[in-house]
Amino acid sequence: MNAASACLLDARVLRKRYGERVVLADVALQVRRGEIVCLVGPSGCGKSTLLRIVAGLDRDYRGAVTLDGAALDGPSARIGVIFQEPRLLPWLSVADNVGFAAGRRGGRDPRTAQLIAEVGLAAFAGALPAALSGGMAQRAAIARGLFGEPELLLLDEPFSAVDAMTRMHLQALLLDVVARHGTSAIVVTHDLDEALYLGDRVLMLAADPGRIDGEIVVDVPRPRDRRDPELARLRARLIDAFHRFWEESGVAAQR
Amino acid sequence: MTQTASRRDALASVHPARARSARDPLRRWRMAGFALPFAVLAMIELAVRADWLPAHLVPAPSEILETLARMGAARVARHVGASTLRVFAGFGAGAGLAVVVGAAMGLSRRIDALFEPSFQALRAIPSLAWVPVLLLWLGIDEAPKITLIAIGAFFPVHLAVVAGIRGVDRKLVELGAVYRLGSFALFRRILLPAALPQIVTGLRTGLSLAWMFMVAAELIAATRGLGYLLSDGRETGRPDLVFAAILLLALLGKLTDGAMRRIETRLLSWRDAFDAVAEPVHREAS
Repeated sequence: MNAASACLLDARVLRKRYGERVVLADVALQVRRGEIVCLVGPSGCGKSTLLRIVAGLDRDYRGAVTLDGAALDGPSARIGVIFQEPRLLPWLSVADNVGFAAGRRGGRDPRTAQLIAEVGLAAFAGALPAALSGGMAQRAAIARGLFGEPELLLLDEPFSAVDAMTRMHLQALLLDVVARHGTSAIVVTHDLDEALYLGDRVLMLAADPGRIDGEIVVDVPRPRDRRDPELARLRARLIDAFHRFWEESGVAAQR
Repeated sequence: MTQTASRRDALASVHPARARSARDPLRRWRMAGFALPFAVLAMIELAVRADWLPAHLVPAPSEILETLARMGAARVARHVGASTLRVFAGFGAGAGLAVVVGAAMGLSRRIDALFEPSFQALRAIPSLAWVPVLLLWLGIDEAPKITLIAIGAFFPVHLAVVAGIRGVDRKLVELGAVYRLGSFALFRRILLPAALPQIVTGLRTGLSLAWMFMVAAELIAATRGLGYLLSDGRETGRPDLVFAAILLLALLGKLTDGAMRRIETRLLSWRDAFDAVAEPVHREAS
């Protein structure tokens, strides 16, 4: 990341609670243009909640989210969302799903054909989602998320439901399309290797209450080799950090 | 759903429903199922001719056909036409209203809370209880009959629309939120297509109830129609007439339900594909 790249997203969540439970406290998340930030943390640390807040799907919190300095209140066309499951509409063809944002004729939009080709589904543009494998369906979801050139892409454990080989393929594909479109991304994941392979930065979240508790800058040029010893070293640091969380929460539980 | 046609072309080689029907393992049983009613009729014919069954209670199928032939195509068509028109008018009005009211109640919890108790009570009223009221208010012309049929068709469709919209996967609704769909766009682009399988089932139930209510309506005060034929046959002691009407009712019900099923397959071709191949694709991992 060069120094000139400005801050694209600035999300500050002072407090988010579900009933009595505080899910997020004093979380500040910044994303620069073109940057990929990964959020890792134990389940229940509020990483998906944070993503939902940035997506504008959850507005019941104290704090503020700004994109390019403008306050966000609700979903925005400048932010694309990719969920854990493909979430394609089963009654629409792949093309109609990808072009969903453009309305009824979205399937015939030239941008749709372009994106479908980019994710390698050109032969399935007319197919129904049911005819796709899990990995193919998630590729269609990536294309849909990129429709309309959003500046920021949010991904909530996007590849956790596919097998290991497909996952590696999808990760490389994601990096490829995101770089081509100059899109920034926030990726929530519980897969450390995925976080280190995808992210420019990896933020560690701790639970009870959810907060950012450490950051690792992955200063490894792309394309990255998954066997890179630097990645292995960073992975060890992440694991150490998580061991520290567990010990702390273990002590807390005994009290 | 105009996109279906072009989509099917693109998928012609891999369309799973087609591949399945080519090698239908139940083909013989389906053919036997089609032949079964004819076999039963043939057995009744035999039993009556052999005097095992009393002909004044159970007319032979050949006698029923003869009665129909003697009535002549014009008279039969007049009765069938009158009943069918009533069913279509009543079903159209009842189901149409049910879709509108059901959509409103499915979309708005407030409207649902306001109207649901009343609809529950109205639903509990037996069909025949409406007859005197309708005769009192609307006379003995077409209006009370069509209204009664509309009442019969309304409730199953209404229930299906409300339940269908309520049952739409919240994740799809959330997708609508991501794409900033307004409530009408959300209804048209996500809720309606997602609820369509249930709505179509409701429409089929509504149609068969419309036929039932049509008979109830025509038994009371009519000069035409299959219900009239039934009561006429009973009053004049002619079981052949009664059975002719019953036979025609069965035939018409089967025909209209078959037509509905064809519409259903058309509208919901995506669901067939969904059932056949890839259920796990849409399951979440957790």
